[in-house]
Amino acid sequence: MRNIVSVCRREILAFFVSPIAYFVITGFVLLSGYFFFNLLAVFNVMVGRFNAMAAYRGGMNAPNLNQWVVEPYYHTLLVILVFLIPVLTMRTIAEEKRRGTFELLMTSPLSVLEIVLGKFLGAAFVVLLMTLLIFSFPLLLMVFGQPGPEAAPVLNGLMTVLLCALAFAAISMAVSSFTENQIVGAVSGMVTLLLLYVIHSPAEALGEGWVSRVLQYLSPVLQAEDMIRGVLSIKALVYFGSLIVFGLFLSCRAVDARRWS
Amino acid sequence: MIEVLNLTKKFGDRLVVSDVSFSAKKGEIVGFLGPNGAGKTTTIRMLATYLPPTSGTAKVAGCDILAQSDEVRRHIGYLPETPPLYGEMTVSEYLTFVARIKGIGARQVKSRVAAVLEKCFLTEARNMLCSHLSRGFRQRAGLAQAIIHDPAVIILDEPTSGLDPRQIIEIRQMISGLAENHTVILCTHILPEVTMVCNKVVIINRGRIVLESRLDELVKGRSLEQVFLECVSQEEGAAASGAL
Repeated sequence: MRNIVSVCRREILAFFVSPIAYFVITGFVLLSGYFFFNLLAVFNVMVGRFNAMAAYRGGMNAPNLNQWVVEPYYHTLLVILVFLIPVLTMRTIAEEKRRGTFELLMTSPLSVLEIVLGKFLGAAFVVLLMTLLIFSFPLLLMVFGQPGPEAAPVLNGLMTVLLCALAFAAISMAVSSFTENQIVGAVSGMVTLLLLYVIHSPAEALGEGWVSRVLQYLSPVLQAEDMIRGVLSIKALVYFGSLIVFGLFLSCRAVDARRWS
Repeated sequence: MIEVLNLTKKFGDRLVVSDVSFSAKKGEIVGFLGPNGAGKTTTIRMLATYLPPTSGTAKVAGCDILAQSDEVRRHIGYLPETPPLYGEMTVSEYLTFVARIKGIGARQVKSRVAAVLEKCFLTEARNMLCSHLSRGFRQRAGLAQAIIHDPAVIILDEPTSGLDPRQIIEIRQMISGLAENHTVILCTHILPEVTMVCNKVVIINRGRIVLESRLDELVKGRSLEQVFLECVSQEEGAAASGAL
């Protein structure tokens, strides 16, 4: 445990000494704020039109903040994460090899799991910080909205974004650990996450067979849907947890392969 | 303290280290000599458990490098050719990190770091970023991380490479000072360094050991340079006739 904490602390220092963390966090918050503002602006227009149609709307429901702002907001964040997370994780293993410190780690009494977990937790800290910062937008709605959005979808959605970001970090860390070039690592990570993001696309064309069901199960978008709507889905929790474990397992294998190659 | 038994390493079809065997006792400073590309770094990387051998084995402080690699790592301090420094850390922070991952207890870390800073003449540079260190200070910081956990065996790969004469003398003095309580393997192709610092010589060429001897028995009326050239030429002649 002590070794994991030591590696994690060093990773966090490395993130915040280099410009990477600052650019990724700033970019994420800027994009999130931009999309949130747009969604809220459109919602305002819709509410205005709904109110103007008072005599004609019959049994129509008023536009709902959760449905029209919060849910699309969280879905948009997942897309942004596909591109930003690999930039964060591209240096975790590759840079150690480039500057010769990989030899220090490999010849110290550290297990491969301790190294990988320490690095992942360092990235997870940055991910957590990013998630907390973008939570400020729906939090503003909850505090100042009259009425504000329902709390369950907002909090569930936040947890979904965090879990998804951690899963993406584990997968892109695994992909980038097979290369020594950070750019190749980042691009490979983006491609992998993009493929994962759209993995359910052929499902409709494939009909009702097992392949279609498997593709739908593997999709982070579909897994996140219920959670973002406010339903605590054990299936989704297991899915994202499994992705994290799978990514860490692949990273361990990649590091072990370098040690014993 | 070190027993190397028929160590062999292949990278694909290329045989880099072939059937290497030698030993080193406690307190010995062994000069591991050879021309560039002879297999010195590959051999010591296997001893440091960074690379696995293709065949053969070695024992370091009684532990097998394959079966007990974790234990071996606790007993070894390794300085690669390029000191493994984290540029964004100060010297003090770096040595604290290394002390922790090398298994030094939390209460001893501070005192060990202070002791090693003093031993390696790094006290004045303790708050400098590693990326700002001169070449000489980098080598000293690299040496400090290799000895911070007081390992039984210290492996140094070209520790004086690129240093100016004064820095070379300082590093050699530090290495000589380590012999009392440690076994040192000094991997180098600088012959005068071996003469000044070591008490045993192992010469490797084209992946094979061509000589293993105590230095005082080896250089009887001859210089180490002469002995080295003889061994290397003989080995290359034998290799050429074998090829024919």
